[in-house]
Amino acid sequence: MAFHETIPNRIGVGYKPQHLDDILKDPSPIAWLEIHAENYMGGGGRPIAQLNRLREIFPISCHGVGLSIGGEDPLDKEHLSRLKHLVDWLNPGLFSEHLAWSTHAGHYLNDLLPVPYTQSTLDHVVSHITEVQDTLKRQMLLENPSTYCAFEQSEMSEIAFLTEVVDRSGCSLLLDINNVFISATNQKFAPNDYIDAYPLHHVGEMHLGGHTVDADDFSETLLIDSHAHSVVDPVWELYRYTLKKSGPRPTLIEWDNDIPIWDTLAQEAKLADDILAQTALVTS
Amino acid sequence: MSQTSKILIVATAVSAALTTHATTAAAAGKEKCYGVALAGENGCSAGPGTSCAGTSMIDYQGNAWSLVPGGTCESIVVAPADDGTARTGSKKILERDIPT
Amino acid sequence: MSVDQTDFINALLDPNRAHPKGLVDPFGRFAGKRFDVYRNNVVASLIDAMQIAFPVINKLIGDVFFKTMAGIYVRKHPPSSPLLMFYGESFPAFLEGFKHVADLPYLADVARLELARRRCYHAADTVPIDADMLADIAPEALMASTFTLSPALELLSSPYPIFTIWNVNMIEDAPKPEAGGEFVLLTRPELDVEMQKIDHATHIFISTLKTHTLEQAYDTATRVSKDFDLSNAFNLLLKGKVITKIIAIGENNGIHSQHP
Repeated sequence: MAFHETIPNRIGVGYKPQHLDDILKDPSPIAWLEIHAENYMGGGGRPIAQLNRLREIFPISCHGVGLSIGGEDPLDKEHLSRLKHLVDWLNPGLFSEHLAWSTHAGHYLNDLLPVPYTQSTLDHVVSHITEVQDTLKRQMLLENPSTYCAFEQSEMSEIAFLTEVVDRSGCSLLLDINNVFISATNQKFAPNDYIDAYPLHHVGEMHLGGHTVDADDFSETLLIDSHAHSVVDPVWELYRYTLKKSGPRPTLIEWDNDIPIWDTLAQEAKLADDILAQTALVTS
Repeated sequence: MSQTSKILIVATAVSAALTTHATTAAAAGKEKCYGVALAGENGCSAGPGTSCAGTSMIDYQGNAWSLVPGGTCESIVVAPADDGTARTGSKKILERDIPT
Repeated sequence: MSVDQTDFINALLDPNRAHPKGLVDPFGRFAGKRFDVYRNNVVASLIDAMQIAFPVINKLIGDVFFKTMAGIYVRKHPPSSPLLMFYGESFPAFLEGFKHVADLPYLADVARLELARRRCYHAADTVPIDADMLADIAPEALMASTFTLSPALELLSSPYPIFTIWNVNMIEDAPKPEAGGEFVLLTRPELDVEMQKIDHATHIFISTLKTHTLEQAYDTATRVSKDFDLSNAFNLLLKGKVITKIIAIGENNGIHSQHP
């Protein structure tokens, strides 16, 4: 059976099992799907059966959430080998992970926790990415985080950090536009400046998603990366701004909480696809 | 039981099972519909309740509580208590410190 | 002030601890609520996973009680693996030691059933034997054979009516439980978990069959009950697509199904 391997410069969505029937009935609103790797490491059964069906129709991108790339501890070898098993079988168009940590001293905390931007973190991250790429025998993409607080010990900017990681490990980047907007709001910098400084030629995929508005102890706006809403206008604007500079890239809509009916997600994908199509015309 | 009669029992049981199996397999049909996952999924977002005070209230209220199980357990009687009365585990106010 | 991951995790899991110094807002001020986002998300997302993983326990004790208790559990026993689908392995033991549910002694075994259902749901896919193969083997040879059973197979026994308690909470108009123990068989013939109540002898038969010959399993089962129904047991195994291989003793090659 021939599977689609390359993720096109079109719109994909994060796959949710409750959407399966709708997707199979009419796959046309989307061009590809992304799955969270860990949810397909159980061994077999329905998750694998669904994925096996979907990969006949769509190119699949595999997004890891549990490797703890930013961890101080060595990578969990058992988990890495589970990942290899999945990636070898699925042969996804892209494999990405996060600039974050989630495992420490044997505890998995089920969150993407922040790292300080220091030389020592850089060494860990580069060595972990190298280990992943050597094991999977493919290049991986690293996603920029959404952050709520900063570390006093940080020695460099996030962009300088990511650029160095790319140079030293040879990985490419997953640029999450919503995360840029969240971090920019929370850390008081201009999101466009971030995009201007970002090594866009290394971007292999983009993410869009919704967030939740909250406030910190000093009544400053605090945006939470909830993936529980539609994409907001300033994030669409930032997406347009980025595409003009980068050219079209495969783009994913993430909606992981308060998951809407398929039609709502399909409409969101249509909005993004239109923006992507316009950019393709302008830049070609 | 003699070995011969045991062999006979096995032979009879197997053929009876095969007959039953043939009929049920035909009736059962092949494909059940795909459903929603049975277990929690890994994700990369800040989950529900993260930013609202409600969750943290539940999470943070530390050392004493006065909760009683308040679900369907009230209607489940599984064993008589020592005094012979039915035991449901309901409505018994527990107001103790949480073990640490 | 430098924050390492040990400082971070300690403050994350213990709400009574101070926030790590060295985490700041963009003006260099104390991170406060900004750190609480992580603190909340870790605990809230794990409580959420527990609620999805143990729906019957949740119904039995109610939402508020469950969430509060799960909040204690997840801090004491955070996952040891990134596979959330299997989280809660130590929950039955936790329930046994949690004095606020001491009056509900059946909870731990109901939790064991819910864990077993998840293992069964996610177990590796296997190809069952063609049922007719059983007829092709001479009864003497069959008796001396060992069987390889699907990893999806789960067997449980409890002094409480866990099968009926599960059903009354999940299936409309299911009969109410009465005092007494139950034996449960879980299989996954296709993608759905199939659950049934079995008798003690059948339970012993299948669990012995995992590691012994058919004859040994049969003998053990008939010692438990003279009424042991071998035909029914075989039917359960065939219906559940549990038998993946039959190995005749003394033969070099097992008799097994051909993988497509």
